[in-house]
Amino acid sequence: MVFSERGIPMTGAAYEIQPMQPAKKKSIWKTLWDQKWLMVMSIPVLLYVMLFNYYPLWGWRYAFQNLDISTIKKGADWIGFGNFEWLFNEKYFWLGIRNTLAMSVINLVFGTLASILLAILLNEVRNRTFKRTVQTVTYLPHFLSMVIVVGMAQNMFVSDGPVNQLLLSAKIIDKPVWWLGEGKYFWFLVGIINIWKEVGWNSIIYISTMTSIDPTLYEAAAIDGAGRFQRILHVTLPGIKSTFVVLLIMNIGHLMEAGFEIQYLLGNKQVYDFSQTIDVFVLEYGIQNNKYGRAIAAGMFKSVVGIILLFAANFVAKKLDEDTLI
Amino acid sequence: MTAVTYNKKAKKPMQQDVVFPIVNGIFLCILMFVTLFPVINTVAISFNDGIDAVRGGIGLWPRKFSAEAYKTLLADKLTWNAFGISVARTVITTLTNLLFTSMLAFALSRKEYVFGKFITLAVVLTMYVNAGLIPNYLLIHRTLKLSKTFWVYIIPTMFSCFNMIVIRTYINGLPEALAESARIDGANDMRIFWQIIFPLCTPVLATVALFVAVGSWNQWFDTQLYCGSKKYLHTLQYLLKMKLATSMNTANAANASVDALASQAAAKSTPITIRCAITVVSALPILVVYPFLQRYFVTGMVLGGVKG
Repeated sequence: MVFSERGIPMTGAAYEIQPMQPAKKKSIWKTLWDQKWLMVMSIPVLLYVMLFNYYPLWGWRYAFQNLDISTIKKGADWIGFGNFEWLFNEKYFWLGIRNTLAMSVINLVFGTLASILLAILLNEVRNRTFKRTVQTVTYLPHFLSMVIVVGMAQNMFVSDGPVNQLLLSAKIIDKPVWWLGEGKYFWFLVGIINIWKEVGWNSIIYISTMTSIDPTLYEAAAIDGAGRFQRILHVTLPGIKSTFVVLLIMNIGHLMEAGFEIQYLLGNKQVYDFSQTIDVFVLEYGIQNNKYGRAIAAGMFKSVVGIILLFAANFVAKKLDEDTLI
Repeated sequence: MTAVTYNKKAKKPMQQDVVFPIVNGIFLCILMFVTLFPVINTVAISFNDGIDAVRGGIGLWPRKFSAEAYKTLLADKLTWNAFGISVARTVITTLTNLLFTSMLAFALSRKEYVFGKFITLAVVLTMYVNAGLIPNYLLIHRTLKLSKTFWVYIIPTMFSCFNMIVIRTYINGLPEALAESARIDGANDMRIFWQIIFPLCTPVLATVALFVAVGSWNQWFDTQLYCGSKKYLHTLQYLLKMKLATSMNTANAANASVDALASQAAAKSTPITIRCAITVVSALPILVVYPFLQRYFVTGMVLGGVKG
């Protein structure tokens, strides 16, 4: 098809309708009628979002009612902030918050460091086939479900499993450690498993930032006598700084999301005080004990704190974007 | 480049350039080994003799080969049923999600759309505001009564905002003239979408479809919440989750004593080998397609990173 300079096809119809210059005053009804198919296409999702994303927010009113399995049929009573009072006096709620924050911070710090390290090392690899092989292998665990990953972790960390065997033969420990049954190891176990699962995947964004660094910077640095480590320190790291800051801030906005699956699947009675997060707390009170009101109060607390963190993080990110980064 | 100072003592660049790549290469090889070891180990255990596997210490290769675990697994009707449910939910979710998500992405890519701004806001806000587990559970379980039906796997996952943004970014990158010319030729928006935009979006749709499919295949929690009591609605991931929970309990209850586990295991296949066999079966589709489709996954990650 032949197009004019303005992108209008040079056909007969184009000259008759003149689509680039619509009538000056098109009535709103005419516009709506013209866009009827766009509306048809957006209505299903709009209804979906109303039902599955906004309607449940109305359920937050139960946080102020004594709703449980016995009152749900005949309607619960309003009890003001009773559920929240109970919540703030509940030991396991605070344990849940502590564990959530601890595991988030561990994931954030070590996960970020590991993925930056991997990105730098991959960036230094000159052999393309080797680089691609490493990438393919390290991205793989990201696509395995947490159930599978926890199952594999169990094989690795049982008392007579490969991890203990390795540490025993290296004489780092003198008797098998019971990794899965002691609370003090749980947070770091979660950290290690998360890094194993996501390090490759999280390095993608840093690798793609590094490939956009101007190669002449490296050449200039090399001519000035900078060795490999100095080039990494003075060219690569400054090059990924803005990506790092933005991702860090965004992750701080997600501090209340320590994940739910891994703690729920890997946790057990022995490590309960360290494995239970807010999400697990909500699940146990809400679904297993049918204390809907209390569980919704806990979930609401988490959501509201999460939203505040997120908007604060976005705000800081925008500020930095304006002031320092660009 | 003020930070880089001229270094007279830049010692023997040759030596540094030989040592570092080797150390780096060795380190990355170890990393690959650490990544793959648990996967291969699980496959090895699944092919090992059951009672022998309880003794532990299996590495990369089965010590006493036996396909008994797979025989037990595949003789069970419930495994086949779970496989069927997993496949069905993955296929249907992917198709419906792709349909609705891409339709909305197209509508919102049109700058003249009157409700565009409002709908974008309403949809993007859902990425930030989440009512939480219990309100959603009450909606699906009590209000909509979707529990214990197959549709609970499909209906609540019909749309994904993040994917919508990815597709919309892609559509915005297509030349405007394509849709314009079709409109002049008298095609309505529905036809423009189906006959012009949709076919052009194949690369991004493939990426999004993969993400949706993997997410659906890997899901186990909705089965536990809504269909735990319905054996014929269990998925493969949920079968594995149940096996995992039992092995977690036995391993800890018995103080991880090998003898206690061994004495339970009278059959040729033990819980450990069965669990590993289910792991392999439920990971197999992903392990098989992954190497071929990896670049699509990464494209999606980069596309999403640009705008997300």
